[in-house]
Amino acid sequence: MDLTINGKKITIDAEPDMPLLWAIRDIVGLKGTKFGCGIAACGACTVLMNGEPIRSCSTPLSDVEGDITTIEGIAAGDTLHAVQQAWLDHQVPQCGYCQSGQIVSAVSLLNANPAPTNDDIDEHMAGNMCRCGTYVRIRAAIHDAAKQLAKG
Amino acid sequence: MGKLKTITKRAFLIGTAAIASGVAFGYYQYNKPYPNPLDKDLAEGETTFNPYLKITSDNQITIITPRAEMGQGVTTTLAALVAEELEVDLTSIKVEHGPAGWAYYNHAALEASVPFADFNRSILANSFRTSQKIAAKFLGIQATGGSSSIIDAFDKMRLAGATARAVMLKAAQKQFNTKIENLSTEDGTIIDNTSGKSLTYGQLAKTAATLTPPNDIKLKPPGKWKILGKSQKRKDLPAKVNGTAIFGIDIDLPDMVHATIRMSPRFGAKLKSHDQTKAMKMRGVEKVIDLGNGVGVLADNTWRAFEAAKTLDLKWHQATYPTDTDGIFKKLATGFEQADGWTMRDDGDTSGATEISGEYKAPYLAHTCMEPMNATAQWKDGKLTLWLGTQAPTLLQMIGAREFEINADDVTINTTLLGGGFGRRFEIDFAVAAMHIAKHTNGRPVKVTWTREEDITHDAYRPGAIARFKASIDKDGLPKTLDIEVATQPILGSLLKRTFPSIPAAGPDRTTIEGAFDQPYTIPNYRVTAKPVDLDIPVGFWRSVGNSYNGFFHESIIDEIAVIGKQDPVEMRLKLMAKHSTAIKVIEKVAAMSNWGAKREKGKGQGFAFVLSFGAWVAQVIEVSDTPDGIKIENVWCVADVGMALDPANIQAQLQSGIIFGLSAAIGQEITFKNAMVEQQNFDTYDAMRISQCPEIETAILQNAERMSGIGEPGTPPAAPALANAIFNATGKRIRTLPLSSSINFI
Repeated sequence: MDLTINGKKITIDAEPDMPLLWAIRDIVGLKGTKFGCGIAACGACTVLMNGEPIRSCSTPLSDVEGDITTIEGIAAGDTLHAVQQAWLDHQVPQCGYCQSGQIVSAVSLLNANPAPTNDDIDEHMAGNMCRCGTYVRIRAAIHDAAKQLAKG
Repeated sequence: MGKLKTITKRAFLIGTAAIASGVAFGYYQYNKPYPNPLDKDLAEGETTFNPYLKITSDNQITIITPRAEMGQGVTTTLAALVAEELEVDLTSIKVEHGPAGWAYYNHAALEASVPFADFNRSILANSFRTSQKIAAKFLGIQATGGSSSIIDAFDKMRLAGATARAVMLKAAQKQFNTKIENLSTEDGTIIDNTSGKSLTYGQLAKTAATLTPPNDIKLKPPGKWKILGKSQKRKDLPAKVNGTAIFGIDIDLPDMVHATIRMSPRFGAKLKSHDQTKAMKMRGVEKVIDLGNGVGVLADNTWRAFEAAKTLDLKWHQATYPTDTDGIFKKLATGFEQADGWTMRDDGDTSGATEISGEYKAPYLAHTCMEPMNATAQWKDGKLTLWLGTQAPTLLQMIGAREFEINADDVTINTTLLGGGFGRRFEIDFAVAAMHIAKHTNGRPVKVTWTREEDITHDAYRPGAIARFKASIDKDGLPKTLDIEVATQPILGSLLKRTFPSIPAAGPDRTTIEGAFDQPYTIPNYRVTAKPVDLDIPVGFWRSVGNSYNGFFHESIIDEIAVIGKQDPVEMRLKLMAKHSTAIKVIEKVAAMSNWGAKREKGKGQGFAFVLSFGAWVAQVIEVSDTPDGIKIENVWCVADVGMALDPANIQAQLQSGIIFGLSAAIGQEITFKNAMVEQQNFDTYDAMRISQCPEIETAILQNAERMSGIGEPGTPPAAPALANAIFNATGKRIRTLPLSSSINFI
């Protein structure tokens, strides 16, 4: 089976019903995408498929088509994406386990909506649970990243 | 070299011994230093001065922060303690968790476990605390919990930095042949101000480590601090925004096999039967192991192990406790029939007429760390190695040694980042399961990953609890009598039973009743009693422990009394806590921030709660709207007095975190039982607050308290009662049972 992950073509030998998450983590070996629930309820496994956020824990390999972007592919080389930089500037993460999923979701939000309101953020990000409760800083960081992206 | 090194280490420990003054017994033993665990694995050109510090010849400074980083920012603040005294920039140093080591014992956690209120500094209470400090040293428990890391480390780690800097200065003095007054230190370099020459710590380290430090090490007064007291950029965050942070679940070793487990869903019950025929035919499945109280499945990746485990047709024996939630709470209620209990507060006489009485309930709760439980273990050549996120590495060394009948020295613990802890990773079950499975892999490392379902149904739960209270009011509307009894499962007994079955739990367990007996209220007739009931449901430390439910009981009851006495809830508390100026200032501040008492729109309400826990004095006001779709939590204002704030931004983050953790539980979390098994399986039935429900949160930090406190937990206890009191204020509905969603809808 052929996958394109972070711009790289990879051929793997796996069952079509294996969730993309486990192919990414255990076969491809990229550990940034996290396992949280296995039922698309927490968002820790969020990756982009052709720019759209999907829950990789509940996406079988047979449904994967096109380019997959994981947290490892969000930055442009050594330059952090504006969302990642805002995450550092606002010191968002605590334990950090859910943050790959949060950042990938936030990137997809700003791709679709360059100037989101608090309500837009809440609606888009509600699928990403954080047990440390970093939500207040997530909102602030997304607004900040939106501003930075608008500046170009 | 060996002898000189010992002297250096002893000098370092004099400081810690001096802190524990008034030691009545075993002074010599107490004073004797633990070996420096860093001695074993120094790299070429690397020097260690004490268990907290390594320096390479090219001046790479590594600070060991021996507490678990589970999001509370502890690694940064602990490193700052050493860096401040060592005079190095926090950005240029490396931080490592380091090995499991007896030198990293945590005395503050045990000290806080004594059955006295934090503000009770009587001779009896303090002598108890001192004895606990000595016990901690002897037990060598390296634990992260009880909001104790900073208190424990505050002197130890500053002394570690100061002592190392002192010997560097001595070494430089010799090299430059000058007076010590002529030397200054700046970011890891010592400068001779007369000649302008300089040497780095790395260049001086080897010589310096052989020198005896001066006896009169003086720590900097806070006024001279450059790092402490100011918000720092956290050291662990860059790796947490680019996906490179390694948690236990991310461990990947050569030749590693993957595994998962299915343990008995009935606690204490054994496996009756299983059928592995299907599983063994599945791709990648290697082995199914009967563990007696569960099974382990070995496969070549995690998902294949998960899938195979679903097919095993597992049958279990019965449990000893009641099979459903009602039965379990009936059993808890039998606690009230006990003639006595653990009365930890008994002021005046609470018998006599009662004007108000009632019953409160709090459910069992799971921790649900974002990272499901997991551990990697390897049993090879008579040595055990573990890779995992744990809050108790030396405890695991002990357990590993017991399990494999080897010396603790032959157990190596590699502590990774923790994807949440909240008390769950103080438990040993996930490590023990990996140890058992590692016996069946012919020396290969095995990573045992739990499904979320396994994680929620096999926790050490926050115990369920029932409170009964009665109170009467005096002519001024203030409480004349208040009697609270709380029936619950004691945590320490449960913990000992599953961890060290040979040690019986003795004496009162303060966790049963903390948050209710130890609050700074003055009420003339005031009695608070725990009614312990043992059940074989594992219960454990859940962020803020007993304060989580007792805070809800106590502060809701005080609110009820204010209503009966026709008092403003804040005004009444100011009267009842008048003896404690720290509390007064916290309450006045939060009242001002929240514009308490101002006229509000119809359908809006405010609630107040105050809980002193882990030495932190915390008040919260919550504002809610009663909308047609349910209760919306609009705002939270929180003021915490922590005595001394070492990193304000991190304290703020911890308060926000604690509040959201508390609100998540208050709104909707509940573990229930059917067929003696936990019913909730995943986040669809055991959810947590989402960003769309998250209120605006405004925090303020005060520093009036006499003693410094930790802050990982104290934000949690006031959240539930402040919310319940706000709902009463908005709707007139008094909810006495958690979660609140069983009585009212939320947005």
